[in-house]
Amino acid sequence: MQIKILRSETNTHQRYTLPAGEIPLLNALSYIKETQDATLTFSAGCRASVCGTCAVRVNGREELACAYKVKPGDIIEPLQYHPVLRDLKIDKDKAKETLAKSTAWLHDNQEASLTHSDEKLTEKQTDCILCDSCYSACPVYAVNPDFLGPFALTRAYRYSSDKRESDAKTIIDNIQSNGVWDCTLCGECTMACPKGIDPKMDITMLRGSSVQFGYDDPSFSQQSFGTPDFGGGFGFDPNGGF
Amino acid sequence: MIDILIIGSGGAGLTAALSAKEAGASVTVIGKTYPTNSQTSMAQGGINAALGNVGEDHVSSHIADTIKSAHGLCDEDMVRQMCADAPETIAWLERIGVPFSRLDNEKSGAGSIAQRQMGGASARRACYAQDYTGLKILHTLYDTCLKEEIDFLDEHYLLNLITQDDTVKGATFLDIRTGEIKQIDAKSVIMATGGYGSLYHGFTTNAYGSTGDGVAAVLRAGGAVSDMEFIQFHPTALKHSSILISESARGEGGYLVNEAGKRFVDELKPRDEVARAIFSQMQEGQRVFLDVRHLGEEKLMELLPQEVELCKMHEHVDPAKELIPIKPVAHYTMGGIDVDYALEVNGIKGCFAVGECSNAKVHGANRLGGNSLLEITAFGKFAGENAYKHAVYASSKPADITQQQKDSAEIKTLLTQKESVNFYPYREMLGNIFYDKVGIVRENAQLHEALNEVITMQVTQKEMGIADKSQTNNQNLIDFLEFQNALLLAPTIISAAIARDESRGAHYKVGFESEDETLKKHIVLQWTKEETCK
Repeated sequence: MQIKILRSETNTHQRYTLPAGEIPLLNALSYIKETQDATLTFSAGCRASVCGTCAVRVNGREELACAYKVKPGDIIEPLQYHPVLRDLKIDKDKAKETLAKSTAWLHDNQEASLTHSDEKLTEKQTDCILCDSCYSACPVYAVNPDFLGPFALTRAYRYSSDKRESDAKTIIDNIQSNGVWDCTLCGECTMACPKGIDPKMDITMLRGSSVQFGYDDPSFSQQSFGTPDFGGGFGFDPNGGF
Repeated sequence: MIDILIIGSGGAGLTAALSAKEAGASVTVIGKTYPTNSQTSMAQGGINAALGNVGEDHVSSHIADTIKSAHGLCDEDMVRQMCADAPETIAWLERIGVPFSRLDNEKSGAGSIAQRQMGGASARRACYAQDYTGLKILHTLYDTCLKEEIDFLDEHYLLNLITQDDTVKGATFLDIRTGEIKQIDAKSVIMATGGYGSLYHGFTTNAYGSTGDGVAAVLRAGGAVSDMEFIQFHPTALKHSSILISESARGEGGYLVNEAGKRFVDELKPRDEVARAIFSQMQEGQRVFLDVRHLGEEKLMELLPQEVELCKMHEHVDPAKELIPIKPVAHYTMGGIDVDYALEVNGIKGCFAVGECSNAKVHGANRLGGNSLLEITAFGKFAGENAYKHAVYASSKPADITQQQKDSAEIKTLLTQKESVNFYPYREMLGNIFYDKVGIVRENAQLHEALNEVITMQVTQKEMGIADKSQTNNQNLIDFLEFQNALLLAPTIISAAIARDESRGAHYKVGFESEDETLKKHIVLQWTKEETCK
């Protein structure tokens, strides 16, 4: 069977031949590197869908290479919106900065009585492996490269709703700019997540919390001004009017 | 000059970084991938601490179980320290926000954490987060590192430690992205580089990168390694992909059965005994399966969601309805960098080692499930504190650039010389040799054969090289450097296994099936001065 892989040096799709039979994409990439073309470059780790290293795009959809079974004619490309370092290997630095910007951690711990249903509340969100699939699938990045993005917001939600967090407001404060309101709720992130996480829902929940903390949807305030002039930082002051 | 350079960004490295920073040290964590890519993410079942949240338990029982499983090869003081620190370690993980699974017992803090049964444990002692315990601890540690503004240098591959008068002065790295050879000076260094299970290429639950880079670097720098022959085989990896199915599957009530559907071993014995029982079934031509059907779909999805997914994906088996085909494969390396009571490397002052790369002598001849996540967090903290104590009084005069120049020349040679022999088939061959001849059940004749084959391979290595000559982002080069480290460690494992004419824990030898009191000691290996100067 044949597959095509986007090579960064030539910016063309290179054809490779694989033996017939079921094979995970990661094994196929290793097979090519070991026997046909040592220059083919990709990232690999645990082989078990948990280290978050090997996400790529297959026929335009995000997949973990270790979990995806190759089909004839597949076209393999690197994730979107990340600088390509070489072939399928990408630079995740900028994407990872969104975690620090959204301050997705426990700010001020308070001892809490947690129950089984509290565990369930963010069980899925904490399955995140930081594979960056959602970041690649998110169309907001086509227009706003500074968007905090799905995985950082899911993580912000996970900590902000943790009963042990006594300072959820700080997290909410830090996800207003380029954050929850910039999402279009298209759901591409949810479709792309290999762990079944639903960032769209988490962002919706964060919008609810934001309103509770006194924020409102800046698109409404912009509309009410009726002006396309966003000069000077989009004219949104979260503390305006308070 | 920074106070502490931490090499490796898994759970041990991140915990050490947090504790060193809290103590007041300047810290850099450097790793060959990104922090959350590490082997820690693959730990599934749990982390031990005698909290007694589910039935009675005591620190003394945890100590006794660990010592028993170690078969005389642990240092009891180190075991005592680790087990006694366990409840506070869990309390700390609870405070930074680890999303543990919970009981409905109306208790607060760590008192509400659910605990499960693991093999060789006399109580339900393993705290867990479904079957994603390592992943969730690792990511919470990483989030906390971002909070504490820990400095990271990602995609830097360790080449060599720099030493002067038997004291560490820093290390050299290949910046994978640029191809640049960098020297990083530091007053103390912490090795948190992981184990060497990937020597068993194709027959291991480990990620590709567990090639013992740090253990090899310590040997080259004149430090000691010990107990290298003790390799833990996990009883239940998926048959065709070697992907791990957690011990918690048995802890929660799963059975092991052969083709005839017969159980043949107490599934909750320590891993070495269970792995051998499976191996002997397979020697008799029996296929072996894990049977969790009786647990029911709901319980499986609640307790072992990851396992269910992996079985479906990689074996086309639905564990709620079908048997899971399994085999034992290499899982954890008990041996490694030989350290003292402060986790300082024997032979290199100011260099500390923690986690799977180190041999802190808490696991001895066989590690208990749930004790490795405990080691990386409890001792990670200890390593950070001790490294800082050393840094306070260490000289801040940096080393010269001799090592950096030497390493630059070596990498340049690899990138310019013509490749004659492709090393990838040898990497696979090394895995086969180890699984077949340095495996679950060993024999001296086979071990000698393996040693000869490995030495022949080391000779051939001089003709091996890389086909990819790119200066930047050269994964072919990294794969080769990792293979070189694996090949460097291979004889230490085999020769120690040959020297150990007995059976103890994970090391089982035909013809010497019982423990020999005179061999109740660690086999410590260290290169002579002439070898390290090469």
